[in-house]
Amino acid sequence: MEISIIRFPGTNCEVDTYNAVKKVLGITSKILSCKDTVIPKSDLIIIPGGFSYGDYLRSGAIAAREPIMSDLIKKAKNGVNILGICNGFQILTECNLLPGALLKNSTLKFISKITNIQITRNDTFFSKDYDKNQSVKIPVAHHDGNYFVDQETLRAIEENAQVAMRYAEPINGSLNNIAGLYNNSFNILGMMPHPERAIDNQTGSNDGIKLFQSMLKSMSL
Amino acid sequence: MKARVFVRLKSEVLDPQGQAIESALKNLNENNIKNIRQGKLIEMDIEAKNVQEAKKSIEDITLKLLANTVIEDYKIEIE
Repeated sequence: MEISIIRFPGTNCEVDTYNAVKKVLGITSKILSCKDTVIPKSDLIIIPGGFSYGDYLRSGAIAAREPIMSDLIKKAKNGVNILGICNGFQILTECNLLPGALLKNSTLKFISKITNIQITRNDTFFSKDYDKNQSVKIPVAHHDGNYFVDQETLRAIEENAQVAMRYAEPINGSLNNIAGLYNNSFNILGMMPHPERAIDNQTGSNDGIKLFQSMLKSMSL
Repeated sequence: MKARVFVRLKSEVLDPQGQAIESALKNLNENNIKNIRQGKLIEMDIEAKNVQEAKKSIEDITLKLLANTVIEDYKIEIE
């Protein structure tokens, strides 16, 4: 099982993500530089959280145009599974692999707290181990998590059941409380909550474990 | 030539930064100001044969990077 994690200048969750994959799945992943032009053969590519390029211009905008992204987009279109966490979600919208954009939180506050999240479906690569509509606690830590998209696309996203998870109550202004989103082939997931920070009850929750276990189960099939 | 690209949030997109500026102005008793929207101005030099060619290049980079048309509108000025 090959897992690659991409690091940009300003990424700060790559080690937590690496450790979560190692602890939960026993898999040693590769951390790649965004200046690389080729991603080695991977069953899963993770874009971890952080503040790539200091969120200059728009969060994720500069990272989305880095050399490694051409190969990532090619692999995404060939069906490779991609998980974008927080800044990773922002980067995936900036390179149009996911629809919409993440705006500044409507409260203008940086939100850092364990949040109640509802997992909408449990039949995808990323969600097999959860129950349908399961409520989980996963931390968020973002300034730009306010999901926005035009009304027509929003309708299409809802009709295709592409919403992966929602906040149990509004926290940042996100349309339809969207916290995580699939592309229309369901091989790409972008999510604002940080599952890699929810793998041990000592830090408040271990509800993120099932996301990693779901992916392992899917990769083993 | 000098080029300026003004990028601003579309009118239907909430602008909490604009609202925060407005509330700060209210604290300064500037009560005649309403509907503040914050955008950005990106300036650059460009080598081009004429204004038309410059405008085309700038529009191209604006769509590629400077503006995200999901949430933003833009205006280009060349001089």
